Amino acid sequence: MKIVVMCGVGIGTSAILKVNTERALERLDIDAEVTATDVAGVQAAGSDAQVILTSSELVHAIGKTNADVIVIDNYFDLDELTAKLEAALG
Amino acid sequence: MTLLPLPLDAIEIGVHAETWRAAVTAAGDALQRSGSTEAGYTERMIGVIDEFGAYVVIAPGLALAHARPGPDVLTEGLSIVTLAEPVAFGHPHNDPVGVIVGLAVRSGDEHLHFVAELANVFNDPEVIPAIAAATDAEAIRSLMGMTDPAKEPE
Repeated sequence: MKIVVMCGVGIGTSAILKVNTERALERLDIDAEVTATDVAGVQAAGSDAQVILTSSELVHAIGKTNADVIVIDNYFDLDELTAKLEAALG
Repeated sequence: MTLLPLPLDAIEIGVHAETWRAAVTAAGDALQRSGSTEAGYTERMIGVIDEFGAYVVIAPGLALAHARPGPDVLTEGLSIVTLAEPVAFGHPHNDPVGVIVGLAVRSGDEHLHFVAELANVFNDPEVIPAIAAATDAEAIRSLMGMTDPAKEPE
């Protein structure tokens, strides 16, 4: 399974989201590849992804996708990340 | 702990900023003061928010101001600015912002483990309010897990 995390420029915020998404997946005992990308790269990176995680501000920038889009409010809240991933993947 | 440099002159407490632009500028000025960046980087951090919106407000009260690597990044660095009065960035859930972390990295690859350490620090929900309330820079360095001065570069 492939999960994409997206931020505006692919530095910093997406790296934090990637690290914490991996931690949440570990909690859920789900094996998935987590890829960080930016707005410019999301169409390519997200083409075969099951889930795209991003901030509410960037949802419109994803464009057309077959992936489930998950909006994360607090990138440091592992409980929020775990609950939203579980709802999408469970 | 491997964290990006956060020298004392990259920390400014109780800044009076009327707008998010002024707040991000203060974080950029702090990066510049510590020798991490040149002035152009501050403009580029503001440009990211102009282009993509307030997504840099990644947790309640906290903005991670950053831009892509570039020649205006002299060396990797962090800065931290706390505001006397929190300001709105336009984020639907996480406004207002009282703590701005400035982040400058020189390449997309090498920043990953530094940023993982940022997650280790801020995954503790008490850290952001504690930084916002801190009254001296040493206390902020300590909250960031930088307690051993001997290990810090000058």
